[in-house]
Amino acid sequence: MWTLFHKFGSPPWLYRLSGSILRWLLPITVVALVAGSVWGLLFTAPDFRQGNSYRIIYIHVPAAVVALAGYYVMAIAGAVSLIWRMKMADIAMRACAPIGAALTFIALVTGSIWGKPTWGTWWVWDARITSMLILLFLYLGVVALYEAYENKALAAKACAVLSLVGTVNIPIIYKSVDWWYSLHQPASIKFTGGSTIDPSMLYPLLFMILAFYALFTCALLLNMRAEILQREQRTAWVRALAGEREGS
Amino acid sequence: MTSASAAGFCFRLVRRQLVLGLRRPVDLGNPLLFFAMVVALFPLGLGPAPDTLADFAPGILWIVALLSNLLTSDAVFRSDLEDGSLEQLLLAPQPLYFSALAYVLAHWLLTGLLLGLASPVFALMLGLAPAAIPALAFSLLLGTAVLSLIGGIGGALTVGLKRGGMLISLLILPFYMPVLIFGSSAVQAALNGTPAGPYLAILGALLCISIALAPMAIAAGLRISVDT
Repeated sequence: MWTLFHKFGSPPWLYRLSGSILRWLLPITVVALVAGSVWGLLFTAPDFRQGNSYRIIYIHVPAAVVALAGYYVMAIAGAVSLIWRMKMADIAMRACAPIGAALTFIALVTGSIWGKPTWGTWWVWDARITSMLILLFLYLGVVALYEAYENKALAAKACAVLSLVGTVNIPIIYKSVDWWYSLHQPASIKFTGGSTIDPSMLYPLLFMILAFYALFTCALLLNMRAEILQREQRTAWVRALAGEREGS
Repeated sequence: MTSASAAGFCFRLVRRQLVLGLRRPVDLGNPLLFFAMVVALFPLGLGPAPDTLADFAPGILWIVALLSNLLTSDAVFRSDLEDGSLEQLLLAPQPLYFSALAYVLAHWLLTGLLLGLASPVFALMLGLAPAAIPALAFSLLLGTAVLSLIGGIGGALTVGLKRGGMLISLLILPFYMPVLIFGSSAVQAALNGTPAGPYLAILGALLCISIALAPMAIAAGLRISVDT
């Protein structure tokens, strides 16, 4: 257990491990994304009320699900880096923020594109949309705080504190926005279909969610590798690695 | 160290901050002046029709309170970091948790309390129905305390940075949103003739959880900032 723990703190070990994971995860992700999109976009029946426009669900829902999960990955990595002062954890935390922000942004944009044909408007101050927007702000706040610090080790600590504060706050924000919505506005818009979704639509959706998780993992590892190389650029192993590339 | 000495230390810390604040009465008046000016902007922007203003009054007053709290949060720890007294505080044997709470309490006494007490005047300027004014004052008194605690986290995290002003708003405004929602809902409820009590109770609950958790984050933030 402890040797594994120490190994996770070692940049070259993690760099090599992530390299060998990416070697098979990256092709699988690409294949899964393409297969899932083709399955969802071409081989499912159109919705009887929304026609073909509902098919954006295969991008929208996976992006939203993984964006939410990403915040918790970031907060857990932040907690690990604060408690055990593990260098690799704060690299992971730092790598999560822009990916999470990008996924949240994708969820918002696809949601608004979906909203235009179904609800007739690009933007509604609906509870879920509002909480996703706040989630985007939380992610961008972490990125902004990290960039503001000159000393990156301190930046990581500050971001860890901020993301933990966010973890406590996310349920509160989510609940309050929910109440605010039910109080201030009549529920003029309902998600058509609700919880009843046909298995023929559900399976490709679940498949796409898994593919997005894989995409998140790939992006996270790639980001972490870049960050590791940047931080360790003066060490012997990175120089050796760079020399190897140049020589070959 | 006994608990009595820790309490005494906190008390002296609060008193010190209050004395520092009261010696600069202009600084003390600035948040109120800001509040008054921004309130004056709304009739200019929205038009002076009393009906419209009265409709928007709960939201306007709460957003302005939020902004004025935000702008003062930046300065809670700044002068003490610059003159080195923050480092002494970190070295002191007293728990940083309570010291952080003392700072926040002093900040609230100098901003939120004054704002809450002065809010009925601004409410009348915007034409808010008198029936909603107690709800406004109480919700501001409770809510600004939560805002001070959350703002303290932002202040502690950004105090070591050269340009904290804009950053702090990006960091903590998302966390202000629940307070805004329940605060303005309380006033809205009083306007509609429904009891504001439940919303005030939720604000109280938010205050309890922030008192319990926020000083920890503030303490962690201060330790990071003093390192820079």
